[in-house]
Amino acid sequence: MAYLRAFGSYLPTRRVTNAEMAPLVGADPEWILAACGIEERRYAAEDDTVASLGVMAARDCLQKAGAAAADLGMILAASGSSERFCPGPASQIAAGLGLASTPALDIPVASCGSLIGLVLAAQLSAQVGPVLVLGSEILSRRIDRTPKGKDTAILFGDGAGACLVGPDTGFARIAGSILSTDGAAAEILKVERERIVMEGKSVILHASRKIPRAISDLLARHQLTPASVGVFLLHQANLNLIERLAGTLDVPLERFFVNIARYGNTSSASMLIVADEWRQAHPEPAAAPLVFSAFGAGLNWGALLAVPG
Amino acid sequence: MEVEGRILKVLQNIKGTDIHPGENDSLFESGLLDSFALTDFVAGLEEEFDMTIPDSDLSARKFDTIRRVASYISAKAS
Repeated sequence: MAYLRAFGSYLPTRRVTNAEMAPLVGADPEWILAACGIEERRYAAEDDTVASLGVMAARDCLQKAGAAAADLGMILAASGSSERFCPGPASQIAAGLGLASTPALDIPVASCGSLIGLVLAAQLSAQVGPVLVLGSEILSRRIDRTPKGKDTAILFGDGAGACLVGPDTGFARIAGSILSTDGAAAEILKVERERIVMEGKSVILHASRKIPRAISDLLARHQLTPASVGVFLLHQANLNLIERLAGTLDVPLERFFVNIARYGNTSSASMLIVADEWRQAHPEPAAAPLVFSAFGAGLNWGALLAVPG
Repeated sequence: MEVEGRILKVLQNIKGTDIHPGENDSLFESGLLDSFALTDFVAGLEEEFDMTIPDSDLSARKFDTIRRVASYISAKAS
């Protein structure tokens, strides 16, 4: 068994509003808001790194869980924007937490990486103990803030999220998950020559189908329906996409906790950041099922179900 | 009705207006289809032609012009 113990997050302080972004990409602030539901995003400082943001989120999560870094059995760190491919940020995050021998593994998967981390943590925590899952991204260095890069520049922001998964106790029990990969469509969303390259229309086509299918299949396995879910905590890709998914699942949008307006799309960090905000607003033990879901580069996508008790 | 006419009908239903793009006009560049209207368009095509468009064919480029869509549907039907 595995349990969700706590979430954490860290957002850089610099706010980039649509009014600041719009003239750079040759668009109106209102158009940006209508296209993706984003009002502002956060940008990391020059001396920030994917690992330093991850360390901040990790500390926040451990503090909220009442746990110490020394308690961790493993760290799983997702990022699609790390400064270097190998070694990735996981080992630096572990070092930043003062750990010298705790295994720390990278998941270099944009957007879906933290979901993959949660799924792996649920499997591993019974053997290794508490697993800290992180998503940390500095995407402001992977976009082109010119009219040519408009479609990605308006979307992405920086930030980090964390979740502590434990084998014994928590506010909700991880009951099951689904992960899928479709490499045939890998070219539609990738980081190439240090820039995000995205065929937005194809991405939306795939996500509009794959996410609701994954959620419905997972819930059906557990004899649940979307209507029985208390909250959906999704990768914050685009508000219009989230609204569409709510419609496809026939669930009121209010059941989806969203914060994309304030932070933009922070890729693998977003699902854990939104989960942290949801948890702060609902600190009581879970009373209804929670569904996590993400879709991203690979293509990778999936869903995870957590239930009371 | 020929395939192109049925595709146009799907497009008109989505847009809710009596539009008549040329067969080779880009539905994206003309602004007729954005990301989310494209998703509706693909779903409408499946219904109109009683077919399932597999995930492996979910490339926006396949649906950029009425002619491309007609070629795709004809190939799937043959």
